[in-house]
Amino acid sequence: MSAKAKSAQLRLPGFDSAQATWQTEYTSHMRDDPPVHNRSGIEIKPLYTPDNWDSARYMEELGFPGAAPMTRGIYPSMHRGRTWTQRQLIGYGTPKDYNRRLRKLMDTGVTAVSLIPCNSVYRGYDADEVDTELLGTCGAVVNTVDDMLACLDQIPIDRVSTAMNDPLPFTLLAFVLGAAKRRNIPWTKITGTSNQSDYISHFVANHMFLRLSLPGNRRVLVDEVGFCQQHVPNWNPVSIVGQHMQQAGATPAQAMAFALCTAIQFTSDCIERGMQPRDFLPRFTFFFDISLSFFEEIAKFRAGRRIWGRIVRERFKVDFDRAFRFKFHSQTSGADLTRQQPLNNIARVAVQAMAGIFGGTQSLHTDAYDEVLTTPTEEPSRIAINTQNILRDEAHLTDVIDPLGGSYYVETLTNQMEEEIEAVVAQIDALGGMYRAVEAGAVQRMIGEGALAFQERIESGAQKVVGVNAYRIDESAHAGPASQRPESGSMEAYLESLQTYKSSRSRSRVQAALSDLQRACNTPEKNVFEQVVNAAVAGLTHGEICACLRRELGFGQPLIIV
Amino acid sequence: MSVKDNAVPAKVLVTKIGLDGHDRGSRVVAAYLRDAGMEVIYTGPWQRIPAVVALTQEEDVDVVGISSLATDHLIVPKLVRALEEAGLAHVRVVVGGIVPDDEVATLQERGVSKVFHPGSSREEIVATVQRLAQEARRERPEI
Repeated sequence: MSAKAKSAQLRLPGFDSAQATWQTEYTSHMRDDPPVHNRSGIEIKPLYTPDNWDSARYMEELGFPGAAPMTRGIYPSMHRGRTWTQRQLIGYGTPKDYNRRLRKLMDTGVTAVSLIPCNSVYRGYDADEVDTELLGTCGAVVNTVDDMLACLDQIPIDRVSTAMNDPLPFTLLAFVLGAAKRRNIPWTKITGTSNQSDYISHFVANHMFLRLSLPGNRRVLVDEVGFCQQHVPNWNPVSIVGQHMQQAGATPAQAMAFALCTAIQFTSDCIERGMQPRDFLPRFTFFFDISLSFFEEIAKFRAGRRIWGRIVRERFKVDFDRAFRFKFHSQTSGADLTRQQPLNNIARVAVQAMAGIFGGTQSLHTDAYDEVLTTPTEEPSRIAINTQNILRDEAHLTDVIDPLGGSYYVETLTNQMEEEIEAVVAQIDALGGMYRAVEAGAVQRMIGEGALAFQERIESGAQKVVGVNAYRIDESAHAGPASQRPESGSMEAYLESLQTYKSSRSRSRVQAALSDLQRACNTPEKNVFEQVVNAAVAGLTHGEICACLRRELGFGQPLIIV
Repeated sequence: MSVKDNAVPAKVLVTKIGLDGHDRGSRVVAAYLRDAGMEVIYTGPWQRIPAVVALTQEEDVDVVGISSLATDHLIVPKLVRALEEAGLAHVRVVVGGIVPDDEVATLQERGVSKVFHPGSSREEIVATVQRLAQEARRERPEI
């Protein structure tokens, strides 16, 4: 018998005999009791008691919200004080289409701007460089400062935060800064986050990047952090993404570990560039997936907070609470949604969202139930927001901070997830850190194996999925929602306006900015991102900036392992 | 069916055209087809249509599988046309991923043999691709 069990028995007279009785009865009730494992591979027992977790470890493992070890939340008041930001990511059509939709959403209670750009933006092209069929179908087409001005028309960007999916080289931030300049708003008043700024997650997981080489990505990211620290101090320049990895097949523990290793990598890279972690770490944020594995996700977030705090204090020797606050945005997992009987997805999203809330998220995106059928349409998007409103305003989920803290199960699982995550971190450390592990394809291999293993569980029926391998109905009569595509007229008008924009610029000003950008790329002590901003302000387009970086810093292809 | 057709396993190209890079689906499907004994040529995402046509020709592919999760399916008809123009009309093209219901018919009218939606089983995918590969072999002009 373990020392822990003895202490439970000592403090709780009768514990051992009651437990033995229960065990006997349990066994007689359970004819067949196959082992249960969560997605990270941890075996789940039928019952947890003080044998597994003892509140004598309270101060060491939990403490109080807002202080180390941060397990219970990063702020003293957590959701009782301020609930999460409702950050529905939207993006569609032309800048004007986007602005119309954004203003409508803000009327329904959305409290911050969010912007998903068109895939052409992710991939580093202007709208006139790609097939027109693909424009504006998954995000808004944004190629210039003028486009950003149209996107943010009548939005008080000095007062509301403007989080954007802003993949490297962060031209969307550059366009926001250009727009602010034109609207006479000082950059110090601009708040928000460059989401999707984590090039490593793009490189290994979803391959939504501009074909820039890995070393080129590394350079631009560090320069952006440095630039923001100096000129846009209230902007979060980095969002480290575990979400892409989990969506691509990593287990929850692996995804958390990969995000932490990426954060370690970025921190080390910024230190090497001469920055102080005390200054930039308070602006690091994270972004995670929330799967349907409810307790596992809650434990993942609680463990992640604890580990990040320890990494900052022990590896980087920064003992400053703002530097190790594990701020994260989370999104319900689209990979868990089904095309079959799609309204069932509303229930799935509600459970996923609850896991995010109990996990202490700072910001939440709930998926629309039709995401698996098409780019989300209007009513499903509204239901997704109302799911958050119901959970927050009707269900009393936010009355108590970390309400599952102290549960024998949740605390045990948090500790086990912590061990599992730490083991993966050690594996990546042994490979020389995240950058090297990605170069070697090690992370890609783990993600690939995870995707196959999970699919195998569904194929074999070990993992039931309602409507897919269980409780199926004949759905041949049900038509899904009609696809929504930008009006061809409005996209044509946009393309024409882009041509006009390009031909009406001052050629000498554009040329000078392009030369400055080239020079910065080839001068290690210069800041590349500063010149990206200058180029945007001078009138260069997204595609032109990306083409220049590819030329000067090298092409890059994803390394994929099947 | 000739001896040759039985002896050579179906040859499938699994790829992505267009802008999207999400490849969980294509990786899993490629592994399924490989494990079912087919010869699978797998490429990373972002392929251009002429490159896919060239690879199809060089590798004597029977079925081209296009994975599309972010509206890239809208340019698949262009691929079908390009294959026809290259004298590869016998090659079957299938699409897997997120395709809205009202666009499935459009793809099929324009020469896509099959659209696999999320939740398709391994069994269904393997059997369909196998059958389409046999059809392609039968129609393939002698070189």
